[in-house]
Amino acid sequence: MDEMDMEEGGAVKKFMFVNRKAPYGTIYALEGLEVVLISAAFDQDVSLAFCDDGVYELKKGQDTKGIGVKNFSPTYRALEGYDIEKLYVEKESLEARGLTEDDLLVDVQVLSSAELGAMMAEQDVVISF
Amino acid sequence: MKLGIMVSEGPYTHQAADTAYNFAKAALEKGHEIYRVFFYHDGVNNGTGYTTPPQDDRNIVNRWSELAQQHNLDLVVCVAAAQRRGIVDADEQKRHGKSGNNLAPGFRISGLGQLVEAGIQCDRLVTFGD
Amino acid sequence: MLHIINKSPFERSSLDSCLRIAQGGALLLIEDGVYAAGKGSAAEAKIKQAMGGMKVYALGPDVAARGLADRVIDGVTLVDYAGFVDLVAENTNVQSWL
Repeated sequence: MDEMDMEEGGAVKKFMFVNRKAPYGTIYALEGLEVVLISAAFDQDVSLAFCDDGVYELKKGQDTKGIGVKNFSPTYRALEGYDIEKLYVEKESLEARGLTEDDLLVDVQVLSSAELGAMMAEQDVVISF
Repeated sequence: MKLGIMVSEGPYTHQAADTAYNFAKAALEKGHEIYRVFFYHDGVNNGTGYTTPPQDDRNIVNRWSELAQQHNLDLVVCVAAAQRRGIVDADEQKRHGKSGNNLAPGFRISGLGQLVEAGIQCDRLVTFGD
Repeated sequence: MLHIINKSPFERSSLDSCLRIAQGGALLLIEDGVYAAGKGSAAEAKIKQAMGGMKVYALGPDVAARGLADRVIDGVTLVDYAGFVDLVAENTNVQSWL
């Protein structure tokens, strides 16, 4: 293993958090994001994938005042400050929902299903919410 | 092989807790090590000792406690998820001034970092949920 | 890579999403996911197509519990919990399509 891969606690692993659920209807997106934030403290190679209804987590213009639930969407914009910069969105999921990259509140890399699948396959740890 | 397990749903409503248990048992029988079982989302409800199912039904919570005792398993309930859902140990009870505590034997309450750390330490991490 | 599906293909889109995104590897149907392994079902064509690029397994105890033991699609390999553990060990990583 080369030196680049070594950290104090051992080798750096590739973690992918796969977000497939819409926000608010269930808690998975919010509690998933909490894991992502904690993972930043472990100096691992972290990426986030958004597919299926998970792409709705990144939709611009979320306003939760009327439902009495905290709007956590601004946190996705704060991920950069935690050095979490690999955000992948599946193109097919966006298109199926009538969305484009312009509808998203943070900069992402849009990947085809096959590209996302290939990236998923090369991870050490995949955690799905 | 060193295996980590995440359970994301509570007992009884979803099969996830049963499948996770059967998987863990089979893995131990095959000689693998279960490094940690991490309970997240509604999965924290696997750790409430107040669970009292009918006598002819399996006791999912006791089953985890017994497996933990037999194999020295590390059963970790996420603190943030547990607090949201009313699962507290004696320390948490005192800190938050609650009338009781309900964490079942063999479980401990800890932070989300324990899940990430399991991902780092384990050869495989398997999630059971809905 | 091992892909695990625990949802009925008639209620949720997990199987479709998995088959769209997964690049080969193994597919394991568990819990309500085993309904996709039912012969003559509307999901049969999807599973047969998946077999072109993936090895497809179903968790035997879940198949039996749902009364499907006599109608599993040919080519779907049944495994028990020990076989499930083997699949996890044999594949480099695991994604549960919850």
